[in-house]
Formats: sequence, structure tokens, C-alpha cells
Amino acid sequence: MARHRNIRNRSYSDDYDYEDVYGHSVEDDVCLSPSEAAQFLYDRSRNQHAISQFLKSDDILEESEHDDDVDNTRPNFERRESMDLRGLNLSEDDETKLMSCLDELRNVLGDTLSDSILVHEVLKHKFDYSKALDGILNNNKQENANFKPEKPKVVIDSAPIPILEKAPIISTISVDKPILIASKPEAVKGFKINDDTSPNSRPQTPRDQSPAVERISSRNDNFDELRFTSKVKENKVDPHTKFSNERGSDKEYLYIVVIGHVDAGKSTLMGHLLCELGEVSKRTLHKYEQESKKIGKQSFMYAWVLDETGEERVRGITMDIGRAQFETKTKKVIILDAPGHADFIPNMITGAGQADVALLVVDATRGEFESGFDLGGQTREHALLVRSLGVNQLAVAVNKLDTTNWSQERFNEIVKKLKVFLKQAGFKDSDVTFVPCSGLTGENLVKPPSEPELLEWYKGPNLLEVIDKFNVPERPVSKPLRMSINDVFKGTGSGFCVAGRIENGILNKGDKILVCPSKETAEVRNLAINELSTNIAFAGDQVSVTLSGVEMQNVSVGYVLSDPVNIVPVTSHFEARLVVFNVKVPITKGYPVLLHHQSLVESAHISKLKALLNKSTGELLKKKPRCLGNNSVAVVDIKVCRPICIERYKDVKELGRVMLRVSGVTIAAGLVTDIYVD
Amino acid sequence: MKLVFKNIDKDGSGSIGLIPEESEDMWHAYNLIAEGDSVTASTVRKVQNESSTGSSTSSRVRTTLTISVENIDFDTQACVLRLKGRNIVENQYVKMGAYHTLDLELNRKFTLRKVLWDSVALERVDMACDPASSADVAAVVMQEGLAHVCLITPSMTLVRSKIDITIPRKRKGFVQQHEKGLMKFYEAVMQGILRHIDFSVVKCIIVASPGFVKDQFFDYMMQQAIKTDNKLLMENKSKFLLVKASSGFKHSLKEVLQEPSVIAKISDTKAASEVKLLESFYTMLQLEPAKAFYGKKDVLRANEALAIETLMISDKLFRCQDILKRKEYVGLVDSARENGADVRIFSSMHVSGEQLDQLTGVAAILRFPMPELEDSDVEGNSDSDSD
Repeated sequence: MARHRNIRNRSYSDDYDYEDVYGHSVEDDVCLSPSEAAQFLYDRSRNQHAISQFLKSDDILEESEHDDDVDNTRPNFERRESMDLRGLNLSEDDETKLMSCLDELRNVLGDTLSDSILVHEVLKHKFDYSKALDGILNNNKQENANFKPEKPKVVIDSAPIPILEKAPIISTISVDKPILIASKPEAVKGFKINDDTSPNSRPQTPRDQSPAVERISSRNDNFDELRFTSKVKENKVDPHTKFSNERGSDKEYLYIVVIGHVDAGKSTLMGHLLCELGEVSKRTLHKYEQESKKIGKQSFMYAWVLDETGEERVRGITMDIGRAQFETKTKKVIILDAPGHADFIPNMITGAGQADVALLVVDATRGEFESGFDLGGQTREHALLVRSLGVNQLAVAVNKLDTTNWSQERFNEIVKKLKVFLKQAGFKDSDVTFVPCSGLTGENLVKPPSEPELLEWYKGPNLLEVIDKFNVPERPVSKPLRMSINDVFKGTGSGFCVAGRIENGILNKGDKILVCPSKETAEVRNLAINELSTNIAFAGDQVSVTLSGVEMQNVSVGYVLSDPVNIVPVTSHFEARLVVFNVKVPITKGYPVLLHHQSLVESAHISKLKALLNKSTGELLKKKPRCLGNNSVAVVDIKVCRPICIERYKDVKELGRVMLRVSGVTIAAGLVTDIYVD
Repeated sequence: MKLVFKNIDKDGSGSIGLIPEESEDMWHAYNLIAEGDSVTASTVRKVQNESSTGSSTSSRVRTTLTISVENIDFDTQACVLRLKGRNIVENQYVKMGAYHTLDLELNRKFTLRKVLWDSVALERVDMACDPASSADVAAVVMQEGLAHVCLITPSMTLVRSKIDITIPRKRKGFVQQHEKGLMKFYEAVMQGILRHIDFSVVKCIIVASPGFVKDQFFDYMMQQAIKTDNKLLMENKSKFLLVKASSGFKHSLKEVLQEPSVIAKISDTKAASEVKLLESFYTMLQLEPAKAFYGKKDVLRANEALAIETLMISDKLFRCQDILKRKEYVGLVDSARENGADVRIFSSMHVSGEQLDQLTGVAAILRFPMPELEDSDVEGNSDSDSD
């Protein structure tokens, strides 16, 4: 009942907004194809065509009257309680079909609508019951926008929802509150979070200026519309709707990979950030402090938050990706702490392949920055790698600036050097932010800076604000499912789990999926995001999936879970466009390389050098070159030892990127341009 | 291999008697024998006898047969050479022209008759019969979850065992699963070493990996040896050599063989020198592209100009069935040698040889730059090279 009151109490300005949204939604409806939309729109020409068929029947007058009716607004139909079926000149067969359709429709709709509307719709949809139902409901809804008092029950559910989306912008708190209650059943996740994002705070965030906002609103427009259909045919719901259904009210997930040279302080910086945000309990931290003191490495205490294996702690370096999450004002941030050591770059690639944005940590200590940045250091290689892996937003944390007494000179020197390099690497100046900070002392991480030396010259944001400012990339939820596996392990319950990132599409609990390249069918028994069980996961999410129907031994890292209908291509031979980095020896035909593709590492060789291209214009320089030297761009054929799942870059970006490495050095990055069938 | 006799006429035809002594000799034999040669060896044949009454009995008899080879089959893992062909010498049990398949056996003499013994074949005989050939080296290249246990002999690199185990990554609260997976992996590698490496034969065992995997593994293995009281491992502890490699894939053996500490340890350096030579070819290609060429067409033209300083050629090219093609390559080798070039025949069983095979099988470093080659071959070059 509360809902009803709600509607009545609504102010007119709200109503206006509401209709505004509606009008918008009909036009910008992403989920409806134009042909589908056409079915629901009244088309005079089409109707006349239909009538020309009727003209053959005896009673012309009655038909034309009927025509008038149609021309008038729909509710007029309701006056006619019964409809003369004979007038429609149907065959016996069709008549029975019509009757059965009507029966079905009545079951769903009750007696709210007149027969004539139903008959009309059924005929329009050629006796397709479900389509007709869709049509009726949609028409109804259009009506409802104009004819409030007549609204049938179904609409009541949906009515508050558009306001929910609009509310923060109107920012009238009185309206906001009851809406939250109304939406409670739908907002399965993160209800609490919704609470603390006070409506006033939202418009101020930089995200409102970002393109993401537009997306949200358009998504939400679909939202209520599709709620009608979702009741009837659950499995055909538009993925965008589902996405906004589940996540619309939630903070968006952002995956950020932390990169940089070994000992730049990546883990410490992140560990300290987590501690300041209260993600690590005091007790745990105290324990780490004591233990690290015991082995005489107290400076590692923050790093231990992320470095968990004994091996990593003893050696004091990160060896595999560490994960943790925290929340900012507008986002849920998952950090992937990459190892900086050259030997563990394969692990770093795995992490960077899952990230949306990157945080590059550089050591500002004199000598340390130089050794990490100049040839042989990982600062360069990491930055190049993340760029080639599709990350285009970067924050640079100039760490350990306390060792130089927060010298502005030093900061500027580093910024200048890095800017030149990052530009070469392909980062836009506007997408790169520099932040001075100190991981060990915690300066300028979460709170505004307090060091007087720093305050003198630095007015910019702190690290957390910078992270908060990142744009969340669009999630391709409507494409067929692709999920690359980067971990296989035994779960707590039955079966086994695979973890990875959904590149495309949606994964539901209970879905049947195909494990490629072995092409075995499996069923999703359970889904978890960040250890929390869920029913549905979307593109961009890092999930662990409990599978049944396949053996654990038959699944390994680098496999892809694919939609069973739109199967991911599996091949061992493909064409790629390579960008060659600084190489000691040129690449020739037959050159053996390690191919990194997502978390997969496979040995491969270059089977053919097809063409050498101009670096900037892409023009053909030479056909069939003998070798590829430094910084060249070329088209080559690559053969892999074993078949792998790969996609063309233009189809799925994430699965269309490859890295080539030789003896511990990245020699080239490539985009898949063509896939050959084995 | 032991040379029993050598009977070669002036025109190059003749026969040679050989006794293979170790499995590697089978590889040499495989490279020597070509289709159309005749081979005499002792073998076992099932013979059916029909008595006058019509009942038949079959028995296995050992006899010496001479066949004209039609088909050659080499199993690289077991090092077994199989020759199929027709009988060409009259025999008590086997009719003329009947098919027989010879299995060449260790320590049994066989006689090989060729219509033409060319320089490459004779060189192969010399190499095979060189008593100075040294003991083998075992190498384990590994990374987390992947390991190759290999045996490196002077002319072959054999992958004895490949271990591929998925190790769960570290994740919050599940650290022990990662560590357990790692232990399982180390155990499998250790078993691979114990099963496939004969400690009495190999001179040293190279353990190579990126990061700390090798150290961790070695510690684990020695702990296990003490725990299970494995004398074999403890006695041979000094034979282990830990070096750095970039990955656990087979071709990272190339890096291992360039390591100075490894070169010092293995006396026969054929495998290592081949790697080095190929590397210098690539360096040349980078620095002076006009002095390094690959592909038959380019190399032949460079040879015509007497420009070749070092010729690298894969032995796969000499095994080809096409006699004319083989002749062409033998001609190239001979003339290059005449002109004072250093000719290296790579074993296609080594990692470097595999790479050379992919690189059309023949490559050359020149004495002086030949830019005209570089320009002329834009079209049609790769077509003729592709195999």
C-alpha cells in the first residue's frame, strides 16, 4: 500500500520528470531493435494494408468503422465489449489459434483489457502469443504515460523505479527515502552502500561529467520497460537491463593493477593505503609488525598485507599477483598488486590483463629511479606492457619522496622524464596523473598532505582521490560470454573452482558453458565475486566459478569459458599485427617466442613475415621482409604449439591481444587480425 | 659407433660396415641411410614351412638379410631405427623381392652400401666413429607448473619427460593450496629425474628456472633424499648445477647452453657452439643486415660470389627424399668448404637446429656485405624457401 500512496503524493514536478524519462526511453531504447519497435508502434500504412484484405469481406461499413477505431487512441476499444470475429474473415484454423491465444492472454492479463485489443494484437503478431503479450503490455505502458487513472496493476511496480534513478538529481530527500524502501526487494546487493552515497555527494563527483553517467541513465530507462517482459520470458531479458538491475544502484567496480620496478614500494604503498582505509584490522597489522620485526625487516610490515606466502615474506618481494579491495566515494576498487621482479613478469601480465587502469609506482630515491627506468628496469617494460594490454588510464605515484625531503625539483625531474616516455608508449597526457607520496610514512595517500615541505608546492589531489577519478570503461555485457581462466583450485564445497575475468557477456548461476579449447560442456554450480556468492556476474567482473561436469585435470590456466552457441575460435595459427619493441636481435621467420595471451603462456614461433608497415601511417613498406628490427610494425603469421582460444581484435579486444617474449624480455606486442582454421 | 670396414671405390660407390654402440648411433645411422641404399643386417624373420602333407608350421629364424631401403622410420624417443624394403640377396628362407623390415640393433654389425658416398655422408661416418665423444648432460628447465626433463647428447636433445601441473595461485586465505600444489609439482619433477636420468651416464645435471624455483626445488629434492634415504641423489649432489633460465619451455635451453658455468662443465660443446653461432648470425642480422642471409636462394648466390664465411646448414636438408635436392645441398657444402668457409652442420634435434630448420634450414654469415642480395629478393624469395 505504501507504494500507492507514494504515487499519489508525488509532486507535479516529479511527474514531469518521470514523463520526460519515459519519452526518452522510447526513443533511445537500446534493447529494442527498430523492427521490434515497429511492431509496437501504430503504423497507419501497415494497418491500411491489412484492411485492404478485409475489404473483400461483405461488410465494408463495419470495417471502416473499425479502422476509425484503430485510428483513435487505444482506450476507445474498451468500450466495445465483444468483437465480431466473423468480421475478420478468418479461416477455421486461424480462428482456433486466435481463441487459444486469447485464452492464454486472459490467463496473464485477467479482464483488464477488452477482447478487441487482444484480437488486434494477436492478429498483428500472427498468432504468436508471447509477442502479442509483449505488444499489449508495451502499448499499455505507453498509454499509461498519458492516461494515469486507467493504469493496470502491473505498472504500479515499475512506477517508483524511474524516480529512483532520477532522485539523486532532483535531490529532494523526502522523495528519496521512500523510494529506497520500494526498491529494496530488487537491490539485492550493496543496499547499505546506497545509503551512504548521499544524493548530494553524487553530482559533485567528477564521474558525473564522465560519459559513464549518460550510460547509467540510458540503462535505467530500459530498466522499467523491460520489467514487464522479464516477468513473461525471463531468459530473454536484455543484458544491459540485467546489468543495471543488479548494479545500477551499486558502486561500479574498478580493477587497478599496481606496477613498477622491483622495490619501488608497490606492495607497501597498497598495504598502507588499505590500512588507512580500515580494510586491515589493527590486530593483524600489529601481528605483521611484530613478525616483521622478528626477522629484522620492519619496513615490510605493510607489504605483508598483500604478500601472503611464506616465500614472498622471507624474500621480501612479491612473486604473484596480490589482491585486495577497498571503496572510494564512487567506486569499489579491486587492486591487483603485481610483482616487480623481472622473473615474474608472466604473473604481472596475468594481472594487467584483468585490469581497467594502472598505477605506476616509481621510486624517487636518487639512483633508484634511474636504475628502474633506464634500460633493463621494469618501469619501462611494465608501462609498455600495460599499454599494449589495453590500459589507457594511468596514475603515477612518485613514491619515497620523503627520502629527498619532498623536493619539488626531484618530483619535476621525474615527471618530466616519465612524461616523455609515457607519451611515446602511447598514453595521452590527459590520462596520466602524477602524485607525490610515501608508502612507508603514508603521506598523501588518503588524507591531504601534512608535511610542510610538500605543502609548499603541492596542491593536487592525494592518491585516493586520483584513484576515485578514474573512469570506469564500458562493460560489454551484451556480447556472447567469454571468460578467461587464470586460476584453477579446489573450492570449499564440492567440485572445483576456476577464477578469472569475464571479458564479455553475462554469467548466471546454472548456466551451461563450454570450456575451450577442449570444448567440454560444464555447468556453473556457483558464482562468487570477491568471495561473496552471487547469482549473476557481468563483463568486467573477477569471479570464481564452481564448475561441474568437467574434471579438474582437464582445465588449466589460460582456458576460456565460452558461450555454448557462439563458441570462441580455437586455433593454433593466426595472423597478427606486431609492434616490435627494443630488441637485441631481429625477429626472423621461425623465431621461437613465448606467447602471452591473457594468463596463458605458450611456446610459439613466427611462421611467416608478411609485410613491414610504416609505424605511423600503416602504409606498406615492404612485402615479405627478411627480418624485423627495432621499433618496426609488421604483419606476421604466428603458429602456436597447442591450439588456443583467441579472438580477432576487432571482435573482442581483450582476447585479441598477444605479447611475445623471448628469454625474459618482451620483444613485441600484437593484435590478432585474422584467425586461420586448423 | 665402430667402423668395421670401409670399401669405397674411386667413383664413390661402395660399402661400409658399422657397429652401433649407443642409442645415439641410431641417430647417425638415420642420417646416413637414404632411400635406395642397401643395408645388410642380421634379423629375425617368421618363416612358414609347408610339409608334403599340407600341414604348415611357422618358426622364427635368425638370418642375415640384405634389403634395398624404401622407407626409413626413426623413433626419437626410443631411438629405434626401422628400415623397410625388398630383399635383394638370395636367402634360404626369404624369397627375392619379398618385403622385410629391419630393426637395427645395438652392438650388431650392419653393412651399408651406397651408390654414392658424398662428403657429407663420409663426414657423418667420421663423426659417428669419433671415440672422443663425451658423456651426456641432463637438463631440467622449469617454471612454476611446467618442467622439461631433457637429455643432451652431442647430437641430440631428447625430452624425456614433460611435467605440466596447474598450481593454484595464492589467494586470500588459501595460501596453503598454492604451497601444496607447488610441493606436488616438485615431487613430480623429482620423480621424473629419478626415472629418466641415469646418474652413471650423465656428467652433470643442469637445473634451470626463472626466479627461485630452482633453489626451492633443489632444497626440496635434497630434503626428500635425506628423508627417504635416497643414496643415489645424495651421492650425486655435486653433479647438480643451478642456472638461470627465463622460462620452463624447451627453447629456453638455448639460454642455458650459453651460460659460462655450463659451458665449462660440459666438455663437448657442439650443442653450445651451435647456439652461439646462431646467436652471432642474429646479431649480424641486426647490426649489418647485408652480411647475414638465410634461405637457399640467397645463400647459393652468396656462395657464387665466394662471400660465405660461415655456413650453417641443418642435417634435415640432407635427409630429404629428393636425391637431386640433396645433391644440391652437398654441392653447396663442398664448394663453400673449398672456398674456405666454415661449414657447420646443425643437428635438427637440438634447440638451435630446430630454430634453423624453421629459418629455412640454411643460413650464412658473409665476409663482405652484399646489399644487392637484399634488394633483389623482395619478390618470390620466401616462396622458394618455404618447405
